[in-house]
Amino acid sequence: MPTLLRLQCVSKSYPGVRALSEVNFELRPGEVHCLVGENGAGKSTLMKILSGALAKDSGEIAINGIPVQIHSPSDALKHGIGIIYQDFKLVPELSAAENIYLGKEPLRAGFPFIDSAAMRDRAGAQLALLGEEFDSALPVRMLSVAQQQIVEIAKAISQKVKILALDEPSAPLTGKELVKLFAIIRRLTSEGVGVIYISHRLEEIFQIGHRVTVLRDGKVVASCPVAETEKSTLIQWMVGRDLEDEYPPATLTTGEELLRVEDVHAGILAGINFSLHRGEILGFAGLVGAGRTELARVIFAADAKGSGRIFLDGEEIRPRSPREAIDLGIGLLTEDRNRLGLIPEMNVIENVTLSSLSDLVRGPFLDTAKENRDVQRLIEKLHIKTQGGNKPVENLSGGNRQKVILARWLLKRSRVLIFDEPTAGIDVGAKYEIYSLINALAQEGVGIMMISSDLPELLGICTRIIVMRDGTIAGEFGRSEATQEKIMAMATGLAEVSYGR
Amino acid sequence: MAAKFGIGLTLAVEVIIFSQLSPYFFTAENILNVSLQLSITAIIAAGMTFVILTSGIDLSVGALVALTGVVSASIAKISLPVGVTLPLAIAAGLTIGALSGAFAGVCVTRFSITPFIATLALMTIFRGAAYIFTDGRPIWELPSQFSQLAGGRVYGIPYPTLIMAVVFAVAYVVLKWTRFGRHVYAVGGNKEAARLAGIDTDRVLIGVYVICGVLTSLSGILLASRVNSGQPNAGLMYELDVIAAVVVGGTSLAGGRGSIVGTLLGAVLIGVLRNGLNLLDVNSYVQQVVVGFVILITVMIDQTRKK
Repeated sequence: MPTLLRLQCVSKSYPGVRALSEVNFELRPGEVHCLVGENGAGKSTLMKILSGALAKDSGEIAINGIPVQIHSPSDALKHGIGIIYQDFKLVPELSAAENIYLGKEPLRAGFPFIDSAAMRDRAGAQLALLGEEFDSALPVRMLSVAQQQIVEIAKAISQKVKILALDEPSAPLTGKELVKLFAIIRRLTSEGVGVIYISHRLEEIFQIGHRVTVLRDGKVVASCPVAETEKSTLIQWMVGRDLEDEYPPATLTTGEELLRVEDVHAGILAGINFSLHRGEILGFAGLVGAGRTELARVIFAADAKGSGRIFLDGEEIRPRSPREAIDLGIGLLTEDRNRLGLIPEMNVIENVTLSSLSDLVRGPFLDTAKENRDVQRLIEKLHIKTQGGNKPVENLSGGNRQKVILARWLLKRSRVLIFDEPTAGIDVGAKYEIYSLINALAQEGVGIMMISSDLPELLGICTRIIVMRDGTIAGEFGRSEATQEKIMAMATGLAEVSYGR
Repeated sequence: MAAKFGIGLTLAVEVIIFSQLSPYFFTAENILNVSLQLSITAIIAAGMTFVILTSGIDLSVGALVALTGVVSASIAKISLPVGVTLPLAIAAGLTIGALSGAFAGVCVTRFSITPFIATLALMTIFRGAAYIFTDGRPIWELPSQFSQLAGGRVYGIPYPTLIMAVVFAVAYVVLKWTRFGRHVYAVGGNKEAARLAGIDTDRVLIGVYVICGVLTSLSGILLASRVNSGQPNAGLMYELDVIAAVVVGGTSLAGGRGSIVGTLLGAVLIGVLRNGLNLLDVNSYVQQVVVGFVILITVMIDQTRKK
């Protein structure tokens, strides 16, 4: 079989780091080749080299057997390489059609004016081919994340790409949307496009991939057909050691009630009742838009509560701002840690102490010596991998950024911690560490609310799981009785449909 | 630190060139003179640094200089003992600055008006108010004690220079070693994340505009004292000089990044340039062109070094 894309001995070094070391990789037409590895393993460096954003130090890239030089993104496109990144490169104010044809707008014959009607029609046809029906004249900012992704794919297809790389495409998608994405990928491969699929969710590799290549520390550690491997083997290759289990074992004893929410209404939330106990890890399952993040924000007083009452240690609390919620001992690790958690310009120390500065003053001045000591202790305790507390937080990997925010709440000694999708976009090894930390906190008596769309994760570490649907609590499972199927049925409302009418 | 390379280089080049071309340039007298000249905008620039660090802007400073100047001057003229009118004139001037800053802050926070628009409106309001207040005529014949504010010296050092030094020292300490300073950087870096970390972002924002307003009024009083009159057209285009000093000093207009030391260097760079060009008798139209180019070159050096 001919090879569509072949990378031979590709290497790339940054000052002090060998990001890629003699990497070989090949892609055949009509194939889905999965690329996995922990954060920092070299996947994004490889993508950047393919896209022309970075220059390789050595090695060769060949397309259809012919060596090529890729110096810029337009070179990559010329060679038929399209890359869809996690953060889409769309112009939010322009319509879907305008985005798809950005830079190559069809013109009216003989005039230098854009033929908008033709552009809309073509874009509409393109989207229809991908099984989408939304209006291509809508501005992209009004589309859902899944629809935006499809616009990106349509854009790549309209550029006649032969090689399509998808970086973590499933991260923002719901189950249904993912099924749709897979259908699109299968369609593309049936037309001879080669797809490079990058994902942290290993289950997906077994659903969509033909071959899988594992990167670790910039080297290819394994490459084989998907059918010849299994999840545990992949994990072992990725982390380079045995993870006996994906989830650390823990014995948790649930203490007395810590937080009680009574009949809370706010926005889409309608009549929420539940309680959280000391030492408990309470999972929140549900589809995107079920109201889990909204509930977290209301408890944290980031958004106003319409009606209802919240009790902490049996006493009603009425925080009016995150500041007041924090002072009561509540901490929120937001879903989008980069946009809503970290201050990118600040260093690790400053990001950790942001909520605790009032405990770190002597007179009117900050006690920077104590600040350094406290954060150093947390850096060690949480194993935050940084070259120093005074280094920019931007240099950290996803898992370590999450730990920085966790350190913020540990320093504040929060008693109720709300984790919203704490492991999204975090690699397997770092996930295990985060789970261990969550367990340790629960053992110390902290009450933990854990919102996650990763069902195996909820089943793996939670003591109890609440399922939300359309702003209400649809039901609840103990750890022993919960299964993925039962939770999904409840989250989608299928259970009632099948029993109901 | 990278951001201060360009400015250090340009400043060094300036000093070398001017000291070669003018024997008077590197004398103690001229250095004190430069410090006096640049103190007015530098003091405002210290306040503006706070505002820009939060990714805001204050375009009303020039007009506020005029309004403060005419109000303080008119109070200084009241026929009461100067021991009463002088403190009153200063207090009234600074109060105007604080109130106008608070008002700008409230517009930006409670009413979600972008800082550019809010302070643009205040700029024309203040300028108009200054003309209405004086009927468009300067206020002359001020008590000699009033002109002593900017004219006096201790050990040969002009008061405004000393005041500038104190302002910058305090601003440095506040930004570096207080909670408020840390909060200013946090709000400028990522406002929503700062709020979710428990920072009262509205209070921080109102705070920076108040600081900028008070320091602007302080400069307004000093300027009125220097020219010994309240001029309704004082401070024209000051906002541009001030913003230039802050940006040349490496503070990002996008907020969250920058330093007060950079601002001081920025103000010195522009002040020394003006002084040198004056000593060399360069035509004032040409001066404007040169100043513009030097600002561009300094920022260019820093931008290319960043890559």
